[in-house]
Amino acid sequence: MTMTTTAPPAHDLRLTELGPAAQGSRHDEVVVALSPAFGDFFTRTIVDVPHGSVLRELFAGVEEEGASLRVIRVTHSADLAIVAFTGAKLSGSGIGVGLLSRGTTVIHQRDLPRLSNLELFPQAPLLDLETFRAIGRNAARYAKGETPQPVPVRNDFMARPRWQAKAALLHNKEMEFLRSGKPVELEVAIGR
Amino acid sequence: MSALRAPDPQTKTSKRTQALEARPVNLDGFVDEWPEVGLVAMDSPNDPTPSIRVQDGRVVEMDGRTREQFDFLDQFIADTAIDAATAERSMAIDAVEIAHMLVDPRTPRVDVLRVVRGLTPAKILAVMKTMNVVEMMMAMQKMRARRTPSNQAHCTSARDNPLQVAADAAEGALRGFDEVETTLGIVRYAPLVALGLQVGAQVGRGGVLTQCALEEATELRLGLRGLTTYAETISIYGTERVFKDGDDTPWSKAFLASAYASRGIKMRFTSGTGSEVQMGSAEGKSMLYLEIRCILMAKGAGVQGLQNGSISCIGVPGAVPAGIRAVLAENLVASMVDLECASGNDQTFSHSDMRRTARLLMQFLPGTDLICSGYSACPNYDNMFAGSNVDCEDYDDWNTIQRDLQVDGGLRHVDEREILAVRDKAARAMQAVFEQLGLPAITDAEVEAVTYAHGSNDLPPRDVLEDLKGAQMMMDEGITGLDVVRALEAGGFRDVAESLLALLRQRIGGDLLHTAAIVGHDGEAVSAVNAPNDYAGPGSGYRPEGARWEEMKRLRHTVSPSNPEA
Repeated sequence: MTMTTTAPPAHDLRLTELGPAAQGSRHDEVVVALSPAFGDFFTRTIVDVPHGSVLRELFAGVEEEGASLRVIRVTHSADLAIVAFTGAKLSGSGIGVGLLSRGTTVIHQRDLPRLSNLELFPQAPLLDLETFRAIGRNAARYAKGETPQPVPVRNDFMARPRWQAKAALLHNKEMEFLRSGKPVELEVAIGR
Repeated sequence: MSALRAPDPQTKTSKRTQALEARPVNLDGFVDEWPEVGLVAMDSPNDPTPSIRVQDGRVVEMDGRTREQFDFLDQFIADTAIDAATAERSMAIDAVEIAHMLVDPRTPRVDVLRVVRGLTPAKILAVMKTMNVVEMMMAMQKMRARRTPSNQAHCTSARDNPLQVAADAAEGALRGFDEVETTLGIVRYAPLVALGLQVGAQVGRGGVLTQCALEEATELRLGLRGLTTYAETISIYGTERVFKDGDDTPWSKAFLASAYASRGIKMRFTSGTGSEVQMGSAEGKSMLYLEIRCILMAKGAGVQGLQNGSISCIGVPGAVPAGIRAVLAENLVASMVDLECASGNDQTFSHSDMRRTARLLMQFLPGTDLICSGYSACPNYDNMFAGSNVDCEDYDDWNTIQRDLQVDGGLRHVDEREILAVRDKAARAMQAVFEQLGLPAITDAEVEAVTYAHGSNDLPPRDVLEDLKGAQMMMDEGITGLDVVRALEAGGFRDVAESLLALLRQRIGGDLLHTAAIVGHDGEAVSAVNAPNDYAGPGSGYRPEGARWEEMKRLRHTVSPSNPEA
């Protein structure tokens, strides 16, 4: 297997903290919940997909389906289930998408058990821009009360020897940025 | 002055560097050590210093912590795993001296067990740190519980096709695996695939044990019903935090273990280096120190064995210096505390054939209770455990290494005709059982296809929705292993029915609860009780000879002196 690590053109990403994240009220809302160091200390996923491009595709997917969108940062945990579940609970529709800096992603719903999910994308190295767009689309469709076909999950049995240790390192690195406190609302600016 | 510019690797690399860059090993991921978070194999500055204090027959201090400072793993280990009566005496022995006892074949295995029973996790780590891999292999050769090494296979299907699992289990059993396990893509398929595994394995060789890796409650349910005959996917961890994240404690895992024991079902726990740091909760301790805590926890819980050797986290120790030495050390520690060791080699580890073989030889050469846990009996693209270190395309390599070194890795070369015969029979037995139980029909075309197939790509797709309805029906109607015996008998497969019935009868005898038990060719349990490891140096212990050695000499292609042109 060959894996290209040539970085795609980056989209500049500026995240501005607006204060404590509020409870959403729009019934078609998707809350995207970012991990503590996403788009901050970290700027790329484990396979060098720029965080600006990840969010651009994810947002485009949500917009395609005409759902509304809000972005928060979870600061107290880098556990994907907690990040996503926090977003889902703040979401007007109950749908949240959790993202770790290395790219691992999950679509969550507030009525599910914390360790469950609607769709989980555990193999971050296999997540490309197209997949992030499809995740955005599906999250929006769940928010609108639909039941979309799950995004096809790819599998690569050689991902472990190549990426597992780097994932462990990145996870421990991200945990250095944990701070106590409530989730914060983010303003997102994505440039070209 | 030369007109040549100084070489600049940014603009131009040598042809040799290009050749090296293209080698598969450079697709593997490697990381630098980071001891502060526990990204280190077996030597962290945060690992505790060995200590013990016993008062009134109770451990009151262990590895620098008093009982008040114990976390729940410390408490469990101190109260259930460590022999308080002998601990102070054992702990007083120098780590190097204990390592000598392990390596020296003239020190009997039982004498080592007696000392190890009184050691704390930090002390066991100190012993491991004095040993290189050759010494560890010497020790493993003696400390393995069962006299004969054995092997386990994965039989899974990317499409969860029960027929494929049956055929691969039959072939795997015929090739020599004593245990076969499966797992699922779509969990609801479990009853049908567990059934396929069970029927196929008994067609290949009566007595081969089967298990289906699932969420713990479902896994237990299938075991209680006799649709599986052992269990090993009961995971334990080396820090309190990771345990709690999984809503578990050492006591809850011990309770689960006793549920299996109550029905005479063989079971082992699973753990391995790297899981705690992977989850960001290693507390700065080395991977091996945390794994030793797991091993002692398993011992304390009273289970007969442990699957370890990093298992699904192998990419983590595999990426740090001395990581594969630590993986061998964890297998050895399991054997040192008299547990059955199912020693990993069961997950994709490297893109490099040299590296995956070097990693394998650590367990293959000394022999462990189950060298792989397991070996992929399906092509890795079908492996729903996310791929193994060795798969069915490596069978001939494995058999050749056994023959080259006269080392028994548990497998044998089998003639094509015999393989096709058991694959066909397994498929027809499944066809009959499905018909008897009212499950969706298996066509003759499917039987034909699976007999000659390599993997799921070669098979006609099944009607998944109908199969899932059938699987649900099996659960709703409470189909048991005994119903499968009846269906086999009624469907004309009396011999397979008898094999399965004999295996289910083992649950009543309880012999499979003994350490390292497998079922031999005569249908009787072979374990550390009736076949204990008697290795005591050159000329002793198990060595392949006689009929087994003749079998190991056979390969796919050899030139015969009597008929060299054949």
